[in-house]
Amino acid sequence: MSCYDCSRADLFRKAVAQAGRGLPEIEPGMPLPAGTGMTRREFVSRTAGLALAVYGGAALSGKALDYGIAQAASDAATTQKTLVTIFFNGGIDGLSVLFPAGDPRYYSLRPNLALAQTAGRPFTEDGRLRWHPGANGLATLHDEGKVSVIPAVGYDNSNQSHFTSRHYYEVGGTDASLRTGWLGRYLDHVGTQDNPLQGLTLDVAMHPSIATATVPVATLAAADQYTFAPGGGLPPHPLEASILQEAANIGAAHAKSGDAGLATAGKIAYDSHHLYYGLGAVRNGFNSPVGYPSSADPFPRRLAGLAAMLAAGLPVSVVGLTFGHFDTHAGQAGVLQRDLQLASDSLLAFQRDLEARGIADRVVTHVWSEFGRRAAENASGGTDHGSAGVGFLIGTKVKGQMLGSHPGVTSGLDASGNLKPTADFRAVYAALLEQWFGADSNAILPGVAGLARPALLK
Amino acid sequence: MSVVPEYRGPFGKQQAERLLWRAGFGGRAGEAEALTKLGMKHAVHALTRPAPYQLVGPAPHDERNRPLAPVDAFGHDHLAWLDRMVRTNAPMVERMTLVWHDWFATSNQGVASQQLMLNQVDMFRGNALGSFKDLLVNVTQDPAMLVWLNGNQNVKGKPNENYGREMMELFTLGANRGAYTEIDVREQARALTGWRGSVVNRQPTAFTFDATRHDATDKTIFGKTGNYAWQDSCQLCLDHPMHASYFVTKLWSYFIPTAPDPPTLEALTTLYAGNRVRPVVEAILAHPDFYDGPRMVKPPVVLNAGLLRMSKRYIDTSAWWSLSAQAGQQLFYPPDVGGWDDTRWLDTATFRARWIIAAIVQGADTPTDSPADPMRLTQRAIQFWGSPTVTATTQKLLESFARAQLKRNARPGDVETAVRRLVASSPDLQTA
Repeated sequence: MSCYDCSRADLFRKAVAQAGRGLPEIEPGMPLPAGTGMTRREFVSRTAGLALAVYGGAALSGKALDYGIAQAASDAATTQKTLVTIFFNGGIDGLSVLFPAGDPRYYSLRPNLALAQTAGRPFTEDGRLRWHPGANGLATLHDEGKVSVIPAVGYDNSNQSHFTSRHYYEVGGTDASLRTGWLGRYLDHVGTQDNPLQGLTLDVAMHPSIATATVPVATLAAADQYTFAPGGGLPPHPLEASILQEAANIGAAHAKSGDAGLATAGKIAYDSHHLYYGLGAVRNGFNSPVGYPSSADPFPRRLAGLAAMLAAGLPVSVVGLTFGHFDTHAGQAGVLQRDLQLASDSLLAFQRDLEARGIADRVVTHVWSEFGRRAAENASGGTDHGSAGVGFLIGTKVKGQMLGSHPGVTSGLDASGNLKPTADFRAVYAALLEQWFGADSNAILPGVAGLARPALLK
Repeated sequence: MSVVPEYRGPFGKQQAERLLWRAGFGGRAGEAEALTKLGMKHAVHALTRPAPYQLVGPAPHDERNRPLAPVDAFGHDHLAWLDRMVRTNAPMVERMTLVWHDWFATSNQGVASQQLMLNQVDMFRGNALGSFKDLLVNVTQDPAMLVWLNGNQNVKGKPNENYGREMMELFTLGANRGAYTEIDVREQARALTGWRGSVVNRQPTAFTFDATRHDATDKTIFGKTGNYAWQDSCQLCLDHPMHASYFVTKLWSYFIPTAPDPPTLEALTTLYAGNRVRPVVEAILAHPDFYDGPRMVKPPVVLNAGLLRMSKRYIDTSAWWSLSAQAGQQLFYPPDVGGWDDTRWLDTATFRARWIIAAIVQGADTPTDSPADPMRLTQRAIQFWGSPTVTATTQKLLESFARAQLKRNARPGDVETAVRRLVASSPDLQTA
């Protein structure tokens, strides 16, 4: 069958990437994803050597943004601190990632899903717990003191809707009406008008955690096949370049239309043309000093690209990525083994990459999921939505000690059979903003003044 | 009792074109003009109360002239449905089928049986403008849905909450409106226990209700207690005082990009009596906001079907499924149970796919009798697409493009096909 520069495998990968993006359709009563409504355009940064989708900063030309990036890069190249936030999509089962091997109740709650008492590696900080065999990469980094585990992170009265709970984590509060991300508000406080790379999403659409109100941020997707030739046996049109140019002209003429639909379609036509020409300068190739897992999933390659960008001194302050299909209502064992292994191996490779490049001290990685899963398994070889979940902070600068204890599955469950939180995600956010960035978290996160901050760094 | 406001403005070609695109897949040449003669109300009814369903035109085939194999060949499920969108005499039926495919979004990614997916969509088609209750009851026992949201693994004593939650959150009541609690989620799951069946080697196997797997004890749902079964589970959602407002708001959003005002919402809610879909759809299509409000970006598959209709082409290549996927919409593969995001169709990547779709619809055909006059040439290029209305802004730029190219001694035939491409990719044609 004819197929236009794609294969069936590519399509599945794309479908997976979109599922991983998981931005909810906007339903009545459902919170809007943070960042909805921000203007978006594309430009090619010569400084970065990359095509960027920029949200906000509409008043500035691509040249001005480029200048801003260059300026910020020279100001901050060697001191730039970066926070990478990684969303494990679907609600990963924390009780499998670090499982209470020492607790007989775990085995009665999970007659089919429980891991063997000798499976995986022991968790050195708490003799009752062991690492899932798929999490060896994280266990290795933990043994080196580079992982702080948050074994039961959450908030009171956990919302068990994927879309709503995720929104809370993205905006940094249990407020469905907030429209900016917690890291976006940080950028609004300290960022500049001319450096969109300060908040970078490595995905096909902006990570809502870094949606800002006032300063521009960027989204970067792989753009290595951005050609407008139809293929499929059709010759390129003799006037192809002129047509593209004219499509951009027509687009530009509508981009400021009072009609929102015409304006959107016009802007995209213009941006696409701009991107098409600019991409001539892009060199997608980069070399990694370490090996990454080979996978059809874009996650490891995105991390490898990020390490290369950070090593090049690009002024990236916060970065958002998304990975996985952790909504394991059925057939959990296989899915979790596969995806946790890929995530964990990728995170290990990323850390080794940063270390090999000598920039590990400048980067902290934060891993989160929208909730954990029910302590009791269901009859489908899976688990349903729960409350407190597992999170991680990774890096050479993190303390490498648990934040909050593991509540256990005997006395640690609430009336619904869900794990009770021993750490509040907002306290972790506040501590990250204060201790990693030296920012005033009370001005950024609503209602955190009364929360005790855990000590995160060495 | 409040009445839904009705559009009283002129019903000309532009209004008819919008109606044809949003309640179908655009018009063939002359169709919009014909609709205007009916007046708005009858034009709406012509779409929502169609003649007996027929497919008109040549049967679909792939590029090697082989018939489609929708059950077996990857992507041919998409092609077979696209063919219906192109050839149907009842586009609103197909458009509503697409609405339900998005509303009860089920992906073959999780089902792994094109047969079950096609069966589910056939069921939507059969109820396209009928009763939402029938849709909900049917989808709750639909094998593809049972696999997709684990209803087939929801067993007495060990309920699987996946379907019960989404039934309330996405299908009937909406999140964060105070319509239900986590306890309701669990109790619904218990009421829904009993279904079994699975897909083995792509073959549906033993889908049935098994009373021995059903939890036949009391459940308390929305504060009422009873020995509820799966049909009760559906009915409780439909009877919930917050269902009607959720239903009409969500349905509205497929047709009008701005939110309904409170009196409209209230009147639509009243109109939804008996869970009947058609009266609500007809009121939405006749609402002033439908004609006076801003344009909507056409979903990729709607654009693809429409370009084929406008240029009098039929399915003669299998290119469309992969291109539509690149444009963000492969039928039978919505991104998740929340469906496609109708507010985010366009980005630089999906624009490229739309461009290539237009290029392939257009094909390599180059006229040999193109006029040397830029205005007449532009007119002919617009005629290629069935003479859709083009904004003055676009028209002017197309003509000056044609003039400049002809002055540069480009071959008139090439200029005409270039203008065809520009018409199809213009903001005018990407939106309706």
